[in-house]
Amino acid sequence: MTTKEALYNFCLRLGDNNLILGQRLAEWCSNGPILEEDLAMTNMSLDNFGQAEYLYEYAAELEGKGNSADDLAFLRDEREYFNNLLVEQPNGDFAVTMMKEMLYSSFAVSLCEALSQSKDERLSGLAVRMTKEVKYHYRHSSEWLIRLGNGTDESRTRAQTALNELWMFTADLFTMNQTDKVLVKAGISVDMNDLLPVWRRSVEEVLKAAKFKVPQNCHMITGGIDGQHTEYLGHILCEMQYLQQAHPGAKW
Amino acid sequence: MKKESSQLPLWEVFIQSKSGNPYKHAGSVHASDEKMALQNARDIYTRRGEGRSIWVVLSNNIAASLPADEDEFFDPADDKVYRHPTFYKIPEGVKNI
Repeated sequence: MTTKEALYNFCLRLGDNNLILGQRLAEWCSNGPILEEDLAMTNMSLDNFGQAEYLYEYAAELEGKGNSADDLAFLRDEREYFNNLLVEQPNGDFAVTMMKEMLYSSFAVSLCEALSQSKDERLSGLAVRMTKEVKYHYRHSSEWLIRLGNGTDESRTRAQTALNELWMFTADLFTMNQTDKVLVKAGISVDMNDLLPVWRRSVEEVLKAAKFKVPQNCHMITGGIDGQHTEYLGHILCEMQYLQQAHPGAKW
Repeated sequence: MKKESSQLPLWEVFIQSKSGNPYKHAGSVHASDEKMALQNARDIYTRRGEGRSIWVVLSNNIAASLPADEDEFFDPADDKVYRHPTFYKIPEGVKNI
């Protein structure tokens, strides 16, 4: 695998994480618990879509086959999506969505901060920009979890259940394949193992303040970065890609 | 449970478009405390680059003049045209007046 191919795969992975998470958050549009939160979630969703677009544009250039960012988003199959399993999990109730957002955005903050030092200038530029957005996502979701954890019995139970159900997908965030090996060697990306303690600290800070218990000896499920997904991704793509698959090249 | 009790307290939002400019009332948000009010205000009123700074204040803490007082409060200002600074010449090059 050449460095260019690896960087293409990596941009797709980051783009896919953003697109799928953004699509999940967009499902809250008009269904938020209060108007303010409805807007906050769709705002974050738009941040994700924006990041996905930049990353796909770069990927398309690296690929050099004349594909557009839209082609990459709408014409790839489930097995060609490299997002982490966490982001494709269903929204569940508000507690699940906020827990998922916090677990992912804390990872995104540590990754984007590390990628700001990337030897690839375009990627480091994007990373600087993305860091600002994901920091806010982390802050917003953390605040809610601390409230839910210190709120009523019901809010505490729901958020703890969310943590128990999502924890099994967290190891997947730090998995690596050939793509990472090539990019780490080239100084373009980082060893994910180095991010783990940083992530762990920022997650535990929130969970402690919210008085949640971190699940112990949890069986971890991985495979997202190699295109092995849970049952949910296919359904998301089915809905998201329907128009372009049924009417290729459709515009409005 | 009464319907109103599920609503979080109301806050008024003031946005400053850039440093040095006055804060302008932008609207209101519901939030349980200052922190949440600031975040909600950020999400609702600064999405299109409207501001660089936000104030929030509990709506209950704002004292407002009463509509009944309107006449005695504001009518006397109607015929005091000399209170407008239009009788002065503004030196050239002075902005923001």
